[in-house]
Amino acid sequence: MSALAASGATLTSTGEAVQFWVLGTVAVIGALCTVLMRKAVHSALCLAGTMIILAVFYLANGAYFLGVVQVIVYTGAIMMLFLFVVMLVGVTAADSLKETLKGQRWLAVLCGLGFGILLIAGIANAGLTHFNGLGRVNSAGHVQGLAELIFTRYIFAFEITGALLITAAVGAMVLTHRERTERAATQRELAEKRVREGVQLPPLPAPGVYARHNAVDVAGLLPDGTPSELTVSKTLRARGQVRDVSGQALEDLKALEQASAERLGREEASK
Amino acid sequence: MNPVNYLYLAALLFTIGAAGVLVRKNAIVLFMCIELMLNACNLAFVAFSRMHGNLDGQIIAFFTMVVAAAEVVVGLAIIVSLFRTRHSASVDDASLMKL
Amino acid sequence: MENLIALLIAAPLLGAVVLLCGGRRLDKAGHWLGTLFAAVSFGIGVALFIDMLGRSADDRTMFQRLYTWIPVEGFQADMAFQLDQLSLTFVLLISGVGTLIHIYSIGYMEHDERRRRFFGYLNLFVAAMLLLVLADNYLLLYFGWEGVGLASYLLIGFWQHKPSAATAAKKAFLVNRVGDIGLSIAIMLMFTTFGTFAFGPVFGAVGQASEGKLTAIGLMLLLAACGKSAQVPLQSWLGDAMEGPTPVSALIHAATMVTAGVYLIVRSAAIFNGAPDAQLVVTVVGAVTLLFGAIVGCAKDDIKKALAGSTMSQIGYMILAAGLGPIGYVFAIMHLVTHGFFKAGLFLGAGSVMHGMNDEVDMRRYGGLRTYMPITFVTFGLGYLAIIGFPGLSGFFSKDKIIEAAFAKGGTEGWILGGVALLGAAITAFYMTRVMLLTFFGEKRWQPDAEGHAPHPHESPKSMTFPMIVLAFGSVFAGGFFSIGDRFVDWLEPVTGEAHGNPPISALTVTLSTMVVLVIGVAIAWGMYGRKPVPVVAPRGSLLTRAARRDLYQDDFNHVVLVRGGEHLTRSLVYVDHSLVDGVVNGTAASVGGLSGRLRKLQNGYARSYAVSMFGGTAILIAATLLMRAV
Repeated sequence: MSALAASGATLTSTGEAVQFWVLGTVAVIGALCTVLMRKAVHSALCLAGTMIILAVFYLANGAYFLGVVQVIVYTGAIMMLFLFVVMLVGVTAADSLKETLKGQRWLAVLCGLGFGILLIAGIANAGLTHFNGLGRVNSAGHVQGLAELIFTRYIFAFEITGALLITAAVGAMVLTHRERTERAATQRELAEKRVREGVQLPPLPAPGVYARHNAVDVAGLLPDGTPSELTVSKTLRARGQVRDVSGQALEDLKALEQASAERLGREEASK
Repeated sequence: MNPVNYLYLAALLFTIGAAGVLVRKNAIVLFMCIELMLNACNLAFVAFSRMHGNLDGQIIAFFTMVVAAAEVVVGLAIIVSLFRTRHSASVDDASLMKL
Repeated sequence: MENLIALLIAAPLLGAVVLLCGGRRLDKAGHWLGTLFAAVSFGIGVALFIDMLGRSADDRTMFQRLYTWIPVEGFQADMAFQLDQLSLTFVLLISGVGTLIHIYSIGYMEHDERRRRFFGYLNLFVAAMLLLVLADNYLLLYFGWEGVGLASYLLIGFWQHKPSAATAAKKAFLVNRVGDIGLSIAIMLMFTTFGTFAFGPVFGAVGQASEGKLTAIGLMLLLAACGKSAQVPLQSWLGDAMEGPTPVSALIHAATMVTAGVYLIVRSAAIFNGAPDAQLVVTVVGAVTLLFGAIVGCAKDDIKKALAGSTMSQIGYMILAAGLGPIGYVFAIMHLVTHGFFKAGLFLGAGSVMHGMNDEVDMRRYGGLRTYMPITFVTFGLGYLAIIGFPGLSGFFSKDKIIEAAFAKGGTEGWILGGVALLGAAITAFYMTRVMLLTFFGEKRWQPDAEGHAPHPHESPKSMTFPMIVLAFGSVFAGGFFSIGDRFVDWLEPVTGEAHGNPPISALTVTLSTMVVLVIGVAIAWGMYGRKPVPVVAPRGSLLTRAARRDLYQDDFNHVVLVRGGEHLTRSLVYVDHSLVDGVVNGTAASVGGLSGRLRKLQNGYARSYAVSMFGGTAILIAATLLMRAV
């Protein structure tokens, strides 16, 4: 693979071709899924997959350093950052795919199609047939070659991107930092506030009990037997992950009966 | 296979990303689409690097990654603060730039 | 001697500055100072005259160049003066008559608390008028032209507390403005045609210009002359200008300023000689005004307005003569000078009469004044004899020559113009006799004024009678002095050129017919006003009389044609402005507003909409790039 990239051939090897067509298809599907998945988490995962495939393509094109960086920085750091934020804010509900802006979707499709066709036509029109390959420039070592460029010709850009990163870090802190403008309420003040509002005086009721696993997602039953939503955590409620165990007991009983019947049957059969 | 196919793939991914920016309302997904577009560009740069036989394209891709990282940090910070004030990550809710 | 030319103007100008800026301190001596400065100017004029007489006829033109006034590339205007025989004639007339009238004003304006200011204005007028006649280019002449207009405005409206005086001043200013436009256009035409407006170069280059151009310049100059000299159709201001103090009427509106038009035409002789059509128009204007003024003068009961009509008529004679070309120029100027004497004398006499009659101007309330004001009667009478052309007096010589020259024009035109001039002479005899009879003969008709003060007619003080006596001498002898031995013709010939026409009738015939019409005019007047008592209240009169009393409906004509027409034009322009101009503007605004309202919807605040625009724009850019590559 690397040997092929290094050579100045116009055509790649069959192996690379196979790899391109297989992984390329997967990458496109991943990209489409990123756009079309309802849940942000799924989108993020699909994007991570696409990025890993791109890392492979970088390697195939002789950009070994970039391929590694792609996996470490993009897939490892940036996508994890995305997942953190998704967990932080995006967990409330699935994104509605219903379009609210009039004509936006049609315009998007029209522009996308036109843009894509034009871009591809442009590439086809460019008539790129000859590939020089990287054999000559990698002769002193690939990473050494990159380092030479970064620290000589692109030294100012390099320094400036360093400054940019620092600025971005500071900017992110400034944006997300919240200055506390008033004293934190004490326990007593919170209690008094609760009494004043009179919504829920005592502590929230505990969740229900279903003694098969950790049962925080099961609503507790009120004395009249109806389940109370209040007993379940707000986040689970928002996600719609409250488990309904009303029919669980009967199912369990049925399963128990069947199990005993089987045993009895076997016993009958053995008799 | 002609290596120019990498460019076609890059164009395709870029277009998908751009279309995603236009149709998705969730700011985080929208950001992911932007990352997809940046990655498509990177692929094109790498392919060009191979095509021309020098490493400049890879250097540019490298810088793109750095800038993308910075951009993601700031962008996500904006999304977080937006979410705090509006309790929503939808870009359509922040439509204050009009009369 | 050349260096004295600027002093001619500087003396009265300094007087004006001193008197107008000097403040109350000068109230006591102001009139003496003003008179002194005018007299200095006259003295310098006499000195220059003596110097000029000592030179040969070809060497008499003097130049003085002070500095370049407006130096702009090809547009060069010099502050430079030209003194030739024509200018000097005017200088002597202006400063001489001007000085006399300054002296007269000392007595006349004795009781006016703003006398110092009056003398300041008079000095300003003298300076501007001298600048007008001394300028060596048309732009400087224009400067003086506007200066005399300003002085005229200030002096007509000197008694500004009277609304009629303020209105009359405004009217004179506005009507003059129309004429001034003619002069400015003429100067522009000269500049585009000849590239200069200095007298010498323009007159030298006249031969190269087309006749059409010359005619256009000539007609524009004529328009200017009509405005300043109160010729038809810009005559309406002169009658109202009599609202000013009588010395002003005598100096500005009889002897000097109103003759500036004649000066302009004679000075531009070279241009008019090359444009026969313009000359014909000049003669027509002169002839029409001659009759117009004479008819108006017959009907007026206000002594000053009657004299104003006479002034118009006499200037009509001069314009007529100036339009005749080289055969008329000299006589136009000669009549101008003699007219300056006798008309100034008549006005001063009228002022003297008013002075003694509590400022009463209605001649029907005079009567029999000859015994109360003997000096005024004699001087006025001599002026009267001069103007009607009594043999041997000034008017006889100058007017006779003009009538002769009109006949000498030849052809039908000559007969018509000569006939009109003769008719004018008859009417002149009639209305002047009427003035004379109504004022000094018959029984006393004066009555107490509105406050019950009966007038006590008395002779005016010496400061007033002295100028009248001097002017009476001029009225009697000037014409004969000029004419005998062709002195005046020889004097002016180098400037105006010489020409002799072939009159269809002999000079003697003309003189005899003039005598005949003179006797007829006087006889009719005697019959109407001398034999029977004159009613104090004017009778209704014939249609012509009523029309003449209303100045032959000049103001009604102006009102209907100019004021009403202007109003209609303005209204239609307002309509066009509202419907068309505003419509276009408002329509543009409305369409821009409507379009913006629609475009505004694109600005919906949704980031994704903006992203679509960007994306679409990028697609278009790519398409354009590809297209350009393909082409």
